[in-house]
Amino acid sequence: MGTLELARLQFASTTIFHYFFVPMSIGLALIIAIMQTLYVKKGDEIYKRMTKFWGTLFLINFAVGVVTGILQEFQFGMNWSTYSRFVGDVFGPSLAIEGLLAFFMESTFIGIWIFGWDRLSKRVHLISIWLVSIGTILSAFWILSANAFMQHPVGYELADGRAQMTSIKEILTNGHLWVQFPHTLFAAFATGAFLIAGVSAWKIAKKHDVTMFKKSFRISIIVATISAMFVMVFGHQQAQNLVETQPMKLAAAEALWNTSDDPAPFTVLAGIDTDAKENSFEIQIPYLLSLFSYSKFSGEVEGMNQIQAAYEAKYGPGDYIPPVKTVFWSFRAMVMSGTAMLLLGLYGWYASRKDLLEKKPWFTKIMVYAISLPFIANTVGWIMTEMGRQPWVVFGVMQTKDAVSPSVTFNEVLFSFISFTLMYAILAGVTVYLFVKHIKKKDQPEDTSGNLDDPFDVSEEEATPNVT
Amino acid sequence: MSLNEFWFLLIAILFVGFFILEGFDFGVGTVARFLGKDDAEKRTYIGTIGPFWDANEVWLITAGGAMFAAFPHWYATLFSGFYIPFVFMLLALILRGVSFEFREKVNTERWKNIWDWTLFIGSALPPVLWGVALTNFMTGMPIDGDKEMVGGFLQFLHPFALLGGVMFLLLCIVHGLQFITIRTEGELQERARRASKRFAPFALISLLAFAIIGWLTTDIFTYHGTFWIILPIGAWAALLVASMLNIKKSDIWAFTLTSVTIGLLIASVFIGMFPRVMISTISEAHNLTILNAASGSYTLKVMSYFSLTLLPFVLGYQGWSYYVFRQRLKKDDELGY
Repeated sequence: MGTLELARLQFASTTIFHYFFVPMSIGLALIIAIMQTLYVKKGDEIYKRMTKFWGTLFLINFAVGVVTGILQEFQFGMNWSTYSRFVGDVFGPSLAIEGLLAFFMESTFIGIWIFGWDRLSKRVHLISIWLVSIGTILSAFWILSANAFMQHPVGYELADGRAQMTSIKEILTNGHLWVQFPHTLFAAFATGAFLIAGVSAWKIAKKHDVTMFKKSFRISIIVATISAMFVMVFGHQQAQNLVETQPMKLAAAEALWNTSDDPAPFTVLAGIDTDAKENSFEIQIPYLLSLFSYSKFSGEVEGMNQIQAAYEAKYGPGDYIPPVKTVFWSFRAMVMSGTAMLLLGLYGWYASRKDLLEKKPWFTKIMVYAISLPFIANTVGWIMTEMGRQPWVVFGVMQTKDAVSPSVTFNEVLFSFISFTLMYAILAGVTVYLFVKHIKKKDQPEDTSGNLDDPFDVSEEEATPNVT
Repeated sequence: MSLNEFWFLLIAILFVGFFILEGFDFGVGTVARFLGKDDAEKRTYIGTIGPFWDANEVWLITAGGAMFAAFPHWYATLFSGFYIPFVFMLLALILRGVSFEFREKVNTERWKNIWDWTLFIGSALPPVLWGVALTNFMTGMPIDGDKEMVGGFLQFLHPFALLGGVMFLLLCIVHGLQFITIRTEGELQERARRASKRFAPFALISLLAFAIIGWLTTDIFTYHGTFWIILPIGAWAALLVASMLNIKKSDIWAFTLTSVTIGLLIASVFIGMFPRVMISTISEAHNLTILNAASGSYTLKVMSYFSLTLLPFVLGYQGWSYYVFRQRLKKDDELGY
């Protein structure tokens, strides 16, 4: 392994780790803001308790997201200085604006929210959590505007050997950004929502504060289901965008070596042989790939071998085929997780409306395991999109192998890789420990008088024997 | 003023703001576990910066982003060149950031002790490393014709740089203690005043030594004329007056003056570098400047619109957050956690 591979491994591992926490923060911030809004509107203390219970998890999570984000900001300069010099002009502004617009907002108002419960009016305090939520969403937008440039560079020209910005408008209206941003954002909402739904399901099964956790479950399952639907809608649009902007990625995600028939079938499973550049077997569904790619039952999709030939003509000799197996299986894992999320969301919504949660222990159990689904989908989604872009770091403009820092040695990267991995392992351990501790703790509701407007909840609470 | 000059100024302001604001955070984090005699006291000391430290740190993140956007070569050369010190800096900042949150989550002495230590390390190490970095900015670094730094990281740790590191840690400690005096009352406040009194002479001596060596061995303090020597002198004088005001319990003025000290010190380095952003010890021709390290004029223009629109809001609500939490803390106050 050389410096390049190690630097890539470091970027992948630190980013994946960072991205465990980020979508959870985005999702939790939104749902907690909704809960607190209910508290302020209805004046029911149960929503305040709810806000505080999930708020504790949110803050632990937010802290880890913030600190691992500091590395993200500087990692480009440290390991990828050639990249930074080359695209700083176009890529840097997104990061700077993210700091100015989003990070300042998040960090200031989260301080105000944590410490302001008794110092601010209810309304102003509520606004502070909404501003945190908006801050997290703006942050997602700006960092994705930077990533969208890497996937589909627009609004720049090559001058003095560097990519220089020519139009901020083109960068902000990048078609790729406007499918990637909503896809990622709704996935983040779903991540927070499935965490709350899963933990609530566990709490309901354990008969802890059932009233509150049923309400939590309801709020989160609605967010989860709606988000999962939008994730699919925008995922579909992203596939259509890929046909235009990165056909190679799409072909790799399909293990489509040679241009398909018209209409194109969707390959469900395949035995991929990357040396022979063919598949040993394929299980296919007719028409489906045409439908995914063009929203109609016709149209052929270009294969990797043909695109490779076209790229060699365009960019010169080289291997332009990304790691096909990784992209193919990541894509499948993402789609399957997403589908499972939608189905569980729909059933959970139904079960919550019909008040079936306590009667379906198998379902509450599944919901606990389902907490992992969005994390799997997020991770493999990013692996697919970043690996699928290889060998490019900026598609069609700069290759990953040309992007590393020339002055940084293998041992330096190794040192930082080992130390950040150790540090992150500690963070992960502590975070999981604190999460489990907080979730397992059984708090009795301090005051049930607030539930009087909902007599069923109260009687249920009393009728339920306390079994731990 | 050209756009390149404007962006140099803005980045300098972001760093001055960062060091003044995060300077007291570093100071408070360094002293809290020693100054507080029991958990409640430590908690209160840490609580003085509780609502603020995160937003203060964003000044650094934004300064980094602004460097990336406006002067990509500066960003690339600095962070790849200072590789190992930055690894330590980031590890320290990571530890520090989670310590605030983790500390309050388990109520055992052992647990709190762990996170008090990590808070100490995470708060004390960055100012030392920043001091080292600041000194190397002044002396220059071996930058070659490809704008790359050569020669490994041990060369950054020369005696003058180590003095810079110790000096900056001491400044942050005094600054942090003065911040505690305006955020607490009673015995906790009195103890911070006494500690500040004890640290001030060391800070004064190290700053004086730092300024003299800097004046004799680098061109930073006099690059634009002998007149500019007034900046480090002003920084030192402000610290001297601050230490006297601390004894007279004029806390707000003492804190204002330690802020002035840090502000003038950082400003003096940035002014002395201008129009260079990184000085090459190999050849003057390899210096990075606000011209050869910069982005295109279009980027600078766009970024100017964004930053001039957004900065007033940022300053406004951040200032407001200090107003919201203006009330002084005493032991056993119910804090947010």
